[in-house]
Amino acid sequence: MTNTNPTASALALRRVHKSFGSVRALHDVTLQVRAGTVHALLGENGAGKTTLMRIAFGLIAQDQGDVLVHGDTMRNHSALNAIANGVGMVHQHFSLVPAMTVAENIALGEYGRFDAKRVSARIRDIGERTGLVIDPQARVSDLSVSAQQRCEIVKALARDARVLILDEPTAVLAPDEASALLQWLRGFVAENSNHAVVLITHKLRDALDFADDITVLRRGESVSTGAADTFTESTLADAMLGPGDRAHAVESEVVPTITRHTDSVGAHHVVLQADALTVHDTRGVQRVKKASFTVRAGEIVGLAAVEGSGQAELLRAVSGLLPPSSGRLHAPADVGFVPEDRHRDALLLDASLTENFALRDAGTRRGRVPWTALAARAADVLRQRDVRAQSVQVMARTLSGGNQQKFILARALDEAPAALVVENPTRGLDFRAAAAVHDALRDARDAGIAILFFSSDLDEVLTLGDRVLVMHDGVLREVPREREVVGRAMLAAS
Amino acid sequence: MTPATRTALDVVLRLGITLALTAGFLVVLLVITGYDPGQSLRALVNGAFGSWYAITSATFVRAVPLALTGLAVALAFRAGLLNIGAEGQLLAGAAASTAAAAVLGSSLGAAALPIILLIGMLAGSAWAGIAALLRQRFGVLEVISTIMLNFVALYAVGWLVRGPLQEPSQIYPQSVALDKALQLPVLLAGSRLHVGSLIAVLLAAAAWWWLRNTASGFRLRAVGLNSSAAATSGRINVARVSVSAFLMSGALAGLAGSVEYTGVTYALYENLSPGYGYTAIAVALLARLNPLGVLGTAILFGALQAGGSAMQRDAGVPIALVNVVEAVIILLVIAGDRVRLSLARTAHTVTPESVPPST
Repeated sequence: MTNTNPTASALALRRVHKSFGSVRALHDVTLQVRAGTVHALLGENGAGKTTLMRIAFGLIAQDQGDVLVHGDTMRNHSALNAIANGVGMVHQHFSLVPAMTVAENIALGEYGRFDAKRVSARIRDIGERTGLVIDPQARVSDLSVSAQQRCEIVKALARDARVLILDEPTAVLAPDEASALLQWLRGFVAENSNHAVVLITHKLRDALDFADDITVLRRGESVSTGAADTFTESTLADAMLGPGDRAHAVESEVVPTITRHTDSVGAHHVVLQADALTVHDTRGVQRVKKASFTVRAGEIVGLAAVEGSGQAELLRAVSGLLPPSSGRLHAPADVGFVPEDRHRDALLLDASLTENFALRDAGTRRGRVPWTALAARAADVLRQRDVRAQSVQVMARTLSGGNQQKFILARALDEAPAALVVENPTRGLDFRAAAAVHDALRDARDAGIAILFFSSDLDEVLTLGDRVLVMHDGVLREVPREREVVGRAMLAAS
Repeated sequence: MTPATRTALDVVLRLGITLALTAGFLVVLLVITGYDPGQSLRALVNGAFGSWYAITSATFVRAVPLALTGLAVALAFRAGLLNIGAEGQLLAGAAASTAAAAVLGSSLGAAALPIILLIGMLAGSAWAGIAALLRQRFGVLEVISTIMLNFVALYAVGWLVRGPLQEPSQIYPQSVALDKALQLPVLLAGSRLHVGSLIAVLLAAAAWWWLRNTASGFRLRAVGLNSSAAATSGRINVARVSVSAFLMSGALAGLAGSVEYTGVTYALYENLSPGYGYTAIAVALLARLNPLGVLGTAILFGALQAGGSAMQRDAGVPIALVNVVEAVIILLVIAGDRVRLSLARTAHTVTPESVPPST
């Protein structure tokens, strides 16, 4: 099994295709991870990085193409198969059992009797060999996030992983922890010419500083690959962001917006204003750092950020759902909020549309619910906003995703709130439904509503936003409404 | 067909299918265990519905605590709380009412009765409140805590009837017989059917109306359907709604205990409830958590228990057989829901073309 040829590939994916329903996730992607190297896999949210690596680890099956581990083609690939062939994966969301000890977690998935002493000895041995020291008897729920990650890596090493796949491993770490991890990964590949690491990330700096090779995915295709020293932050950002989406470009031709709104901005009063707003999430981690911004009546302010930059907390604070920990926030009492996850946060799927419509004021309503009047109003809203449903009596579950979203937006806009906060409103919608949501938002803006609009799709932010804010690692700033500038600010490329 | 009639038809259909399957299963069980199914079933039906006395004094009398605890369970389940503790809350209510009756004695006459019932409700609430507190403060699953509290309540009653609440002669492990003036009045002369049945009917109607028509009832349903959407899109204080639903549920179960004590047993003892609080789960589920439906399913289960006792008496068939049948009904209901759910999922996979354009 010893492979001394330094150019041999530890892990290779050849011409991989994958679709989920009608959505094309990966198209003809080839990835070659050389033995003895760290290979960074870069791309925006939804570019297909994680899907590609889940295929490599055997968690999902490709539609077409091959997975090769140390030169052997994997047939009927599965995670068990991947582990047996020395591939280990550390997921972005850890797969540990919090109530169990480190030793128990690491023994999970093995067969036969659980011998705590043997497993603990193994963990200590790995600790001595690799420097990844962890107490085998510690309970996982008592460990810090970085220690939990160490536990995940030790788990992979305990199964003799030679190829480690790490999905956004530094996202959860403090800066010094992150650089320690990346240093360790370099050591891991240097130690044995059979070892290799795939590092999924959207941090350009990490890829440039710590990887040997870089592959960039964009919209499910591999757009650029090569040695790390052939890239710069600038070329990487260009590769990741691409020339812009044609569909969106067409749309912006139809509705040219910039001038009209820079004209009208001055005339409108400030509806939302934050000064040095700081927000902690429910676990007490600071997610928004002294953010200041304004949103005026009759404008859409677009917010661009990569996943987990603190935008979710900012939007919830502005909507009045999460109390800020310091700073000042001026917002009207009635801020409409359209959350990203409509099934989890916006709808009672097994209740009627009338009841879902009534949900908006459920928290403050007193006495009897005027169901007849509400049903009539809901029916009006369905008509006006072209929400396609048989009647207001049907369960929300029976609507298509696009109609659910139109309904949610219509509910938030009913009785014209002064401000509206929208989070990724077109996620999972097809083009036609997304266009309808865009139209509804533009109509709301033209009616004088102040809109704060977040999308993980940069082009959508540029298309809809009259002004653009960018958030990176909790820090918010306003940038010119130019694709390249926004894209780089989002990725923190200089 | 309006949704309401469709739901009603649906409930009747489900009930019919469930009853037919249950009867079939009971016959098979009787044959296997070597009893004459004809004779046994006749004893069961006669015991439950054979006479005016059987209907009112056996079936309906048993249906009262089942309806009240069934309402308690239905209300909690509608709020997304798996309150399995109606039995313990019932016992807490019965014990507190016994203590209240002992303290008040005959000083107030019949005026003491509402106080005794109210104290039972408060005690049931408090007992459920322990689980609510554990859930809210420490994230303890209410399924576990309520079921554990059932045993605590059972043994606490065991201690009470051998200690502070034991009858004065201190021979029997039970409380002193309830003063005649403090007993719930009988509704129909010559039967054992007491005013508690009216209370159950009124409360079921009130709960139905409240859930359907009031803002607070809607909040409870919204939290039960999707607590995350209730908080985010409805700005509902989920913790407050959950806790009050738990307390209401406990009050209803506690009232069941008080009513059983003041209307049927007239004394507190360990076996006061033959597991009404557990059967209540089946009562609530079979009624699809509809408060009015609970009245119907409570009568069904009351009949099964009354008939089961008669079957044991007249045909020698152990009542355990009826308990098995009850368990099978629960399984049928749950399995039925699963099947319906998967059917609904396939039927509702809506393609854009299948929805008619709005007019």
